[in-house]
Amino acid sequence: MDIKQLQQVSAFLENRPGRLLYLLNVLAEANINLIAHNIVDASDFGIVHLLVDRPKRALEVIRDAGLTCSITNVIEVVIPNEPGAFVEQVLKPLANAHVNIEYSYAYGVPSSNEAHIILKVDRIERAVEALKKG
Amino acid sequence: MIWNRERETMPRSELEALQGELLVRQVRRAYEGVPLYRQRFRDRGLRPEHIKSLADLRLLPFTRKADFRDNYPFGLLAVPRQEIVRIHASSGTTGKPTVVAYTRGDMEVWKEVCARNLAAAGVTDEDTVQISMGYGLFTGGLGWHYGAEHLGATVVPVSAGNTKRQIMLIQDFDVTVFVCTPSYAIYIAEQAEEMGVDLRQTKLRIGIHGAEPWTESMRREIQTRLGIDPYDTYGLSEIIGPGVSGECAYHSGLHINEDHFLVEIIDPQTEEPLPYGEKGELVITPLTKEALPLLRYRTGDITRLNPEPCPCGRTLARMEKVSGRTDDMLIVRGVNVFPSQIESVLLQVEGVQPHYVILVDRTHGAMDDLEVWVEVSEAIFADDIGHLRGLQSQIETEIRETLGIHARVKLVEPHSIERSMGKAKRVIDKRDVYGTGERPASPE
Repeated sequence: MDIKQLQQVSAFLENRPGRLLYLLNVLAEANINLIAHNIVDASDFGIVHLLVDRPKRALEVIRDAGLTCSITNVIEVVIPNEPGAFVEQVLKPLANAHVNIEYSYAYGVPSSNEAHIILKVDRIERAVEALKKG
Repeated sequence: MIWNRERETMPRSELEALQGELLVRQVRRAYEGVPLYRQRFRDRGLRPEHIKSLADLRLLPFTRKADFRDNYPFGLLAVPRQEIVRIHASSGTTGKPTVVAYTRGDMEVWKEVCARNLAAAGVTDEDTVQISMGYGLFTGGLGWHYGAEHLGATVVPVSAGNTKRQIMLIQDFDVTVFVCTPSYAIYIAEQAEEMGVDLRQTKLRIGIHGAEPWTESMRREIQTRLGIDPYDTYGLSEIIGPGVSGECAYHSGLHINEDHFLVEIIDPQTEEPLPYGEKGELVITPLTKEALPLLRYRTGDITRLNPEPCPCGRTLARMEKVSGRTDDMLIVRGVNVFPSQIESVLLQVEGVQPHYVILVDRTHGAMDDLEVWVEVSEAIFADDIGHLRGLQSQIETEIRETLGIHARVKLVEPHSIERSMGKAKRVIDKRDVYGTGERPASPE
């Protein structure tokens, strides 16, 4: 199993039409590729999580565009895209190690049999250790 | 009806002589009882005996709201604590409230002047008066309560809120007089209509309104929707609370109880007194207050005075409906709100820079909505929705505790405030409370 620590960009957006467009357009114009994203919303505002090919550059251009953002350390786990893999290889080891998952999102790559799971956890070192042990 | 014919219809020359005598006594009371005034007299080489008549009024120093804050809580009181029988408080410009106090004698004056205002609006001892202004530290509820009792009316002390019960009691108790803020009068009419109750069919006949500015169109709306005759009244806790002035049946200005409250209009910039008829800041010197003998209190309210006799028979000068403020004070649901209070709350919340906008509107019916927009800078941002929500509710709680009213806090993107309305614009009041016709555009 492939375990990586990645830097994710988290950005604050008001929850109204056009704001996500504004944010992603900033990335597109800087030629930054978006690998995966998710949105957590609290009715009148939200936080957008962005997994991009160049996080440091993304942070700069988003700030220049007048938005508030920061880097969040997350874990990426690559597991087989098959039933039970997420439960057995990721969730059980983390639960046993008493690691709490704050949020998670995933993306699949159609040409391979892989699923990429992004995890934001409360204790990152402990999580990596637990995942490695399996 | 005139409650105190002798005082309210006194020839002006006699009234002025009385005011002069009372002023001389009051200046001595302030000088002897309040260290702040002794200091200010010394600073300008003034002694109490220099004040011999009304003409010497302009020699006296001004008093401002900030003086309450600097002498919090009891530094402005001129009597020993044991003589105080009541304390009230209103909001200050920062965290600490503006504290006012009354002796037994002050309470007698208070109920007298409130009874006068009620009588001028046609209230008699046969009326049932429902008081829907807040009881408690706010002077509105208890001030009118004592005045209405003094008049001999039947008092229903409901206080503010619980609109459905208010409507029920109006019907069941045959209430004839309704005391509330003008915006609450409209709100209750809306609620009654929703409940299928026609307030015009009840015994209600008079509305006593105050505590916030209102327009002529609101007056007409109250008149038609509640089927009552609405009266404007004016007062402020620093001076006494309700009872400073009120309209008579001619609705042509608010008669000031000048035998208790000496008024001037000044140019707020030059601080020079202005002649009758000119618009400026209202300055009041209470002539009979024992606990809190303020000298030349700057109300911040813009109005003008008319000393001509009124067809109602009163010789007491009339002030025009308040048409603005000299400062940035807002009145939201009858509560005075200074933007500086909100700013100090934001500063207390760790990391929050004072990049904010205060938005007041009446989108939901007639009641005021207060929104505070706070920019999310990197100092307060965290990739944690729970943290941001917590911040939002923490600010809401702090505002409620400081101001006593609910504000909706909205977290917004940085620079959105400057971009849409220019940096200096901190307050957007979309209500047009003074009827100037100016309604600023929405910040969006």
